[in-house]
Amino acid sequence: MPTQEEIFDKIRTALVDALGVDDDEVTPEATLVGDLGAESIDFLDIVFRLEKSFAISIPRGELFPEDVLTNAEYVKDGKLTDAGLAEVRKRMPFANLDEFAKNPVVQDFGNLLTVADMCRFVETKLKATNTD
Amino acid sequence: MRWYWIDRFIEFESGRRAKAIKVISLAEEYLHDHFPSYPIIPHPLIIEGVAQTGGLLVAEYNAFEEKVVLAKISKAKFHGDAVPGDVLTYTADVEYIKKDGAMILGTVHRGEELFGHMELVFAHLQNGHENRTLYEPRMFLQMMRMLGAYRIGHAADGGPLIEPAGLSGR
Repeated sequence: MPTQEEIFDKIRTALVDALGVDDDEVTPEATLVGDLGAESIDFLDIVFRLEKSFAISIPRGELFPEDVLTNAEYVKDGKLTDAGLAEVRKRMPFANLDEFAKNPVVQDFGNLLTVADMCRFVETKLKATNTD
Repeated sequence: MRWYWIDRFIEFESGRRAKAIKVISLAEEYLHDHFPSYPIIPHPLIIEGVAQTGGLLVAEYNAFEEKVVLAKISKAKFHGDAVPGDVLTYTADVEYIKKDGAMILGTVHRGEELFGHMELVFAHLQNGHENRTLYEPRMFLQMMRMLGAYRIGHAADGGPLIEPAGLSGR
């Protein structure tokens, strides 16, 4: 099991390669969309690189639950409903959703995920892989 | 203008690697605008050629059942300009092919000289787009035939590359 620092280093390399950003731009607090300029298609690229780098499998929607955000059952007037928020919390235990939950506008969701969230996500995946 | 940016496959190993050549000819119209009296093939058209080489490789792996689209050029570097008379060799190596898409590492050679390299990400269209008609699978099959993939290609088991069942109809 790699250390947190090793996980961060590999994620930084993946983001530098996928997004063309500089090393020093990739900080734990940086948001993928807002600060690093990731677009939706970049998530496919990033997921590919993480899978290879950590030898893990990341099914579609696991890192970024786009299916919830486009599901009419969970979205009303452009905002996530309570059920939608609960579903996203369940699916993304690695992300801090408290600030977003105050005004859960779907359009703002993309700007939520930080590099630190991604590190926690990978750490969770690696732990699960090691205990399988 | 026909949107073919490769002329012939010279290697095709299913799911692994494809090599194609592009012969640059002064008869190609765009060269007279890019640039007048100084014809150079634009680098994006070289990328398109590598994408066609890699895209057909990815599509063939899934028996042309996925809608494969070039989603992203993660990286592309060139080390010069190619001109009429040059023969470029495009090599597409599969980094991986997954359910959602694929990544290809592409190189461009002029003779022995490494002329350019790139990383291309392909997506398999999903989320409501899978039923959109962008092209018919048979179109890809015809392109594969015309480019000679079935004459020189190999399947994953090393045997000859064969056309997928159900897409026949010459």
